[in-house]
Amino acid sequence: MQSNTRPDQQHFVAPLDETPLVAIDSVKAEGKPSNLWTDAWNDVRKRPMFWISSVLILLVVVVALFPGWFTQTPPNNDCLLANSNGGPTDGHPLGFTKQGCDIYSRIIHGTSTSLAVGIIVTSLVAILGVVFGAFAGFYGGWLDAVLSRLGDIFFSIPYILAAVVIMSVLSGYRNVWVISLAIGLFAWPATARVLRAEILRVKNADFVMASTALGVSRFRILLRHVLPNSIAPVIVITTISLASAIVAEATLSFLGVGLPTNIMSWGNDISQAQTSLRTAPQTLILPSIALSVTVLSFIMLGEVVRDALDPKARAQR
Amino acid sequence: MSEISNGSNVQTERAPGAERPLLEIKNLQVGFNTQDGLVKAVDGVNITLYRGQSLAIVGESGSGKSTTAHAIINLLPGTGHISGGQILLDGQDLTKASKKDMEAVRGRKIGFVPQDPMSNLNPVWSIGFQVEEAIQANGIASGRKAVKKRAIEVLKEAGLGDADRRMKQFPHQFSGGMRQRVLIGMGLAADPQLLIADEPTSALDVTVQRVILDHLESLTRELGTTLLFITHDLGLAAERAEQLVVMYKGKVVESGPSAEILQNPQHPYTQRLVAAAPSLASRRIQATGSIAAAESSMHEGAADAAGEAIDLIATAEARAGALAAAPPAPPAIVVEDLTKVFKIRGSGDFTAVDKVSFQIPKGTTMALVGESGSGKSTVAKMLLKLEDTTSGKIVVGGKDLASVTGKELFNLRSRMQPVFQDPYGSLNPLRNIGNTISEPLFTHKVGTVASRRERVYELLDQVSLPRTLVSRYPNELSGGQRQRIAIARALALKPEIVVLDEAVSALDVLVQAQILRLLADLQAELGLTYLFITHDLAVVRVIADHVCVMQRGKIVEAATTDEVFDNPQQQYTKDLLAAIPGANIELGA
Amino acid sequence: MAGYILRRLLQAIPVLLGTTFLIYFMVFAMPGDPIVALFGDKTPPPSVIESLRERYHLDQPFIVQYFIFLGNIFRGDLGVSFSGQPVSEILMATFPVTLRLAAMAVFFEMVAGITIGLVSGLRKGGIFDASALVVSLILISLPIFVLAFVMQWFFGIYLGWFRTTVGPGAPTQDLILPAIVLATISFAQIVRLTRASVIETGGQDFVRTAASKGLSRNRIVPVHILRNSLIPVVTYLAVDFGTLMVGATVTEGIFNVPGVGRTLYQAIIRGEGPTVVSFVTIMVLIYLVVNLLVDLLYAVLDPRIRYAK
Repeated sequence: MQSNTRPDQQHFVAPLDETPLVAIDSVKAEGKPSNLWTDAWNDVRKRPMFWISSVLILLVVVVALFPGWFTQTPPNNDCLLANSNGGPTDGHPLGFTKQGCDIYSRIIHGTSTSLAVGIIVTSLVAILGVVFGAFAGFYGGWLDAVLSRLGDIFFSIPYILAAVVIMSVLSGYRNVWVISLAIGLFAWPATARVLRAEILRVKNADFVMASTALGVSRFRILLRHVLPNSIAPVIVITTISLASAIVAEATLSFLGVGLPTNIMSWGNDISQAQTSLRTAPQTLILPSIALSVTVLSFIMLGEVVRDALDPKARAQR
Repeated sequence: MSEISNGSNVQTERAPGAERPLLEIKNLQVGFNTQDGLVKAVDGVNITLYRGQSLAIVGESGSGKSTTAHAIINLLPGTGHISGGQILLDGQDLTKASKKDMEAVRGRKIGFVPQDPMSNLNPVWSIGFQVEEAIQANGIASGRKAVKKRAIEVLKEAGLGDADRRMKQFPHQFSGGMRQRVLIGMGLAADPQLLIADEPTSALDVTVQRVILDHLESLTRELGTTLLFITHDLGLAAERAEQLVVMYKGKVVESGPSAEILQNPQHPYTQRLVAAAPSLASRRIQATGSIAAAESSMHEGAADAAGEAIDLIATAEARAGALAAAPPAPPAIVVEDLTKVFKIRGSGDFTAVDKVSFQIPKGTTMALVGESGSGKSTVAKMLLKLEDTTSGKIVVGGKDLASVTGKELFNLRSRMQPVFQDPYGSLNPLRNIGNTISEPLFTHKVGTVASRRERVYELLDQVSLPRTLVSRYPNELSGGQRQRIAIARALALKPEIVVLDEAVSALDVLVQAQILRLLADLQAELGLTYLFITHDLAVVRVIADHVCVMQRGKIVEAATTDEVFDNPQQQYTKDLLAAIPGANIELGA
Repeated sequence: MAGYILRRLLQAIPVLLGTTFLIYFMVFAMPGDPIVALFGDKTPPPSVIESLRERYHLDQPFIVQYFIFLGNIFRGDLGVSFSGQPVSEILMATFPVTLRLAAMAVFFEMVAGITIGLVSGLRKGGIFDASALVVSLILISLPIFVLAFVMQWFFGIYLGWFRTTVGPGAPTQDLILPAIVLATISFAQIVRLTRASVIETGGQDFVRTAASKGLSRNRIVPVHILRNSLIPVVTYLAVDFGTLMVGATVTEGIFNVPGVGRTLYQAIIRGEGPTVVSFVTIMVLIYLVVNLLVDLLYAVLDPRIRYAK
């Protein structure tokens, strides 16, 4: 190596007071302890979308639980055909349906149906999805092969079509539980797939190996180490599936294979209003707004939660 | 530090007619916009590089060395932007260049070789396409045929002999080394005046690293290309570049001719780096003949001002001293004919570990050295019973591991504990430090809640971390601190054997040196037996008593560390030794 | 590539058997008389019931019934509708219309979705991006029948730009509005997916390396960013097809498009169980085929799949 150092390249040393040394690898843990969940909470609570969606969801829940706080008009048995498609009057702020029932009251009383279906379906999907996904991903081998193929089969029938068939067959037994079962039975594979993929990623982490080397049992490792670190995407997808379930119920009711007309449901009301689209579009649009806003609030919550829990999504904001 | 000069910090006016530097960086400032406001990643950097020279920027992660490189070609990531200073390329100020001008500079005037060959080629386009694209963009050739001809030429120059055949192949069909050759070819495709190489070989196996760096060096010398080289390895930098710039926290702390800086480091930070670089330490031990001689040859500056235990030679000496005092010990582990065959669907069997035998005497360290795919980590996993053996025997504390099951295996596990490589994956991010360290105690039902807490405190003391960390989570800690926690967890059950699987490989040099010192101290204090798995022979020189060199599943050479370094028998071992940077640099006395 | 295709085909077989079995099971393993159950509160003429009993071989053991059912499907015998017309005949008449509608919808959602997603992703954080995100979120939340009615009312009745129902022969200009409705929800999803994908790809090392070679932005965006971002979007197409089929059923019903969807819609509304089962089975089979095609398309787009052993 020949030396061809130029005059302005001589040995330079920065003054120590301009470049002070700090201790190597010093501990800088201040404030409250933080992990994924506390970080996510700190992130979420700064976002207006979180508060908007939370307030809306809270409102939906309160309306569903206590419809009597919002209206005294019974939704069903006060209908007068004389009021058919009538506009707003005193005590009936949104007017009347084709059958002459109070639209406002029907919307209020339909809330609990949508919410109930949403919650039942989501619980079912979460339970089936987590059990199938966790076992398939964690234990692998033939169990994974069997569970994953089973998931593929269920995944290959769009769940609304499957529910149409089930509801057609069970036409004599249509109620909130049956429709929720019909939707949930075919909606779980998406959750299972997401969780399985996540578990495959986490189960090879060094901390899992370290626990195995300690002699911690497999099942305990799954519960203590693997599942908690894989559950975040499931929470996101579950929130969004609540919205999908509400849409599914409304769609089935709209198609006439959902809930019977004596159960209050936004889907039923929209279905029945379609013949009045030209003459009285508000009879269709008002329950549609209730349905869409409810769905939107759950989807918004899902988005906010995704942004908070998924570092990749956070980087894309 | 009274002798520190301030002279060349201020640029002296060059006489008219004097040679103009090819690259002149003056008082460069680079900032990133974050939630907490502007963060300066580079703060007042000056670099001068003349035609035909080679210069290396050395620093740890976060020192701003890569940011400086990216600023030169104005490709800073995210919110990064140049907030002050000048970058003069042959007199043209690149900080004021338009988008169009910058596009003309990139590739044509400044070539760039990135760090990770795995992520720097677009997976959906063929190699040929990506090279041809570079040639077309820089107007080197026109017409399909001419472009293709030049592309093949470029790849051949970069060392891909069968380039014509491989043009149509995709990146995933190339090995890491081959991809890096492609990237070097692309960087040099338009025959630029300056080539910036950003840690061009850090992601590769050591022997491949050396071959590729040699090739890069001869290629740039042939073409007369000026080379700006970014690296974290001081030994490598000094070996490959005539000029050195040492960066620390966004600032240049020392710069000048390589040999001079290495022999006479002035800034305490540079002194730290010199003391902590494994390549330099191992070379020094080799050069002086013994650890003790190497220690006495170190200049005084290396005894760190801040009292940090990062001097690797001191670490080696402390170990040697402790070991000499101890009588020869019976083996803690005996491995005989250990074999592991993986069944691979469609393509038959793959023998990952092939009749491996070794013993580790109690209280000593054995290093298992090999490159990726050599089977060294599989040996570790079989030892820890995380992976079943195909055949062969592992005897720990007189018991054959194959025959123990259930309760006995459970008890045996407490005698042998691992520390893994990835500091970010080795701790459960959702459990706090206290719970993580006490998991072994809890699992093996050792003591009461109160006594466990006491033990956790004791372990935190042993790994030199504050007790307040018990309620903290891993994401609040640095890589080195996480490895300390992993060590504490491994020590909780007072094991006899600790398997260290690349446990320091992912750490910055200074932190690595600290952890190596910690491991040496713990061994002396607790009489631990280490199986130290690594790809880095230089570290082995400092920490190990015995070495087994593994290649393609077999142990090709096994001896004491001194023997392996002084008198290697196998060509492969010689290649590995030669791959330690700094062979032909004068270390000074 | 050939190996990949073969493997995908082989993997499709158990899924095919499984899905058809599942559908059959749902109908015929329910308690009670499945034929009566299928008709709900309707009472069809005894001759229809008789012919159905014969067709489904209800006197045979369940598993035998299933294989007869499966055999019938593969011979193209899909049974007879209520009016006595063979289902396969109805299918032949309606399928081309649905295909046209679906093709228009996919075209709309892909072109608009990818364009807006790309612009949005490249200008992350800007006003365009923010509005695209809000609008797509609202569109995703609209159930398809709500959207269909709103569009029908607004464009068909209020503005009078389009006919509210499709005329005979389903002329293309009449299909535009239903196609837009059908495209909307997937469009919103594609916008979000493309945006996320573009942002992720844009931050990849190889994009910086492409720039360091001296490539202009005009070349990097289509060749290195968009090209790679399309891979997840295409994968989404497969999943999306299920939504599209349900959407087609509702949309064709509402706009009276003489396609497969409307036939199913009317069968559902009228409670014609056997026809519903036939059409759902067909749709699931089409869904499987489309998924296979998308997998192949995926291999074309991603050489890592194409050249994997």
